[in-house]
Amino acid sequence: MTSSATLTRTAPRPPAELRTARPASTLTRSSGIGLGIAMTWFSLLVLIPLCAVVITASAGGWTAFWTTVTNEQTAYAIRLTVSQAALVTLVNVFMGTLIAWVLVRDRFWGKAFLEILIDIPFALPTIVAGLVLLSLYGRDNPLGADVANMPSSVFLAFLFVTLPFVVRTVQPVLQELDRDVEEAAASLGASRFTTFRRVVLPSLVPAITAGAALSFARGVSEYGSLVLLSGNLPFSTEVTSVRILGSIENDNVAAAASTATVLLVISLSVIVLLDVLQRKVGRRA
Amino acid sequence: MLKVVRIALVVTYLFLLVAWPVSLVAVNTFDGGPQALLDVLADPDIQAALRLTVVAAVAAVLINTVFGVGMSMLLVRHEFRGKRVLSALIDLPLSVSPIVVGLALVLVYGGRDGWFGPWLESAGFQIIFSTPGIVMATAFVALPLVIREVVPVLDEIGVEQEVAARSLGANGWQTFRRITLPGIKWAIVYGVVLSLARSLGEFGAVKVVSGNVLGETRTATLVVEEKYLNFAQQEAYAVAFLLAMVSVVCIVVVALIRPRHDGSEKKGARA
Repeated sequence: MTSSATLTRTAPRPPAELRTARPASTLTRSSGIGLGIAMTWFSLLVLIPLCAVVITASAGGWTAFWTTVTNEQTAYAIRLTVSQAALVTLVNVFMGTLIAWVLVRDRFWGKAFLEILIDIPFALPTIVAGLVLLSLYGRDNPLGADVANMPSSVFLAFLFVTLPFVVRTVQPVLQELDRDVEEAAASLGASRFTTFRRVVLPSLVPAITAGAALSFARGVSEYGSLVLLSGNLPFSTEVTSVRILGSIENDNVAAAASTATVLLVISLSVIVLLDVLQRKVGRRA
Repeated sequence: MLKVVRIALVVTYLFLLVAWPVSLVAVNTFDGGPQALLDVLADPDIQAALRLTVVAAVAAVLINTVFGVGMSMLLVRHEFRGKRVLSALIDLPLSVSPIVVGLALVLVYGGRDGWFGPWLESAGFQIIFSTPGIVMATAFVALPLVIREVVPVLDEIGVEQEVAARSLGANGWQTFRRITLPGIKWAIVYGVVLSLARSLGEFGAVKVVSGNVLGETRTATLVVEEKYLNFAQQEAYAVAFLLAMVSVVCIVVVALIRPRHDGSEKKGARA
């Protein structure tokens, strides 16, 4: 809490060369106190607990950490999670962009209903998501394609819960896009595909990347929708979150924390990537 | 032609992935008439679970709304050291696995060997395996939702009216209540509705911190899992139906009020 405590006092004016490098603090006494309270709560709820995970993981030293995460079963779970999340993200990049395109550019009956469908996976409790997927794609289902307890169930569950991310990041960018440029390209003889590839796609790339990063992070960290659907079989359908829960239930907190640290590193990388992307887009605007 | 193909592709995809599976919850719940739902609502253990879910979600949403509005004001209206890092870290809870959230809270607040847990417990506050832990886990996972809705709107409305109010002699609180709050009202409403949907449905983090004690710390989502695994499928579907209804209603409410009120803040608001 030292940083927020110093912020509540009016800091001495920094020397001129520092002042230009960093905008001076504009905190008043009351907003400084507000920041202090907010930071205390944020630290108690989020920062200190997440640090505790990393510190517990590092308590046994590097060798202990490495032995845990390269344990055959854990390594399999991490590989499965990351590969399925990557695969799902690829599908989302294509389908998400297509859905966003259809929602923004096409007019047809029932569009408002599709808009609601896109948000359902975000709001539906994950355990319910698992249950609904099981009722259509599980045993004795009307389609006859049983994925329950198969590695493809992990793919299906990830696909469901990550649906909104690419759509919702690409949609607003597509809405703001200037149609004049596309018309100019078309009038100069570019085909529809060339116009899309050379004119539209470049402006969508930052949004698609941001959506892909969010969808990858969400996939990697998924737990609830898999509980009923995947059967959590080691070396087959057990994902990283399930593996961590297994360690917690066996009272092996050190192993749980080590595996959790791998997931935290992935989440943090995504956050950094998003921040860099946002700055880049912000500068251009 | 191309247009028809892409619309058909999108509609089929969304139908197979979302619409059809989700509609089956209702179908399976009302297989044998409304009796299953009525039975579930009459079960005292399930009543307790539903009550706990609502209490925890409302508490978490209240905390996140106050924190979220305050944090948004600080992030948009003030400059201070570490602001960029803070605004990036705020989004972290959205991409942390719920199981890791639960583990992190247990490591710090666990009564046996957490960092603060034993000390808090000797002072009479049990957090893990009790309602405060469930509230914290729920607040953790839904933390950024209000902020993500409010920040772009605050950015958009600018400071001119606030400066004018201040120059006319309004104090900070009056300016906030009379000028800023009406401007961000709808953003707060969306944030609250989305947080509520997310909070009512939290499962993984709550599973780790709650201890899952029947009638005491078992929430509605945990009931769905437990009933399904114990072959009480009808009851699992009935509770799942209740949860799904609430989240669908939340989404529909947001969809209905959003276009009418956001006009200017469409760009990048959800990015």
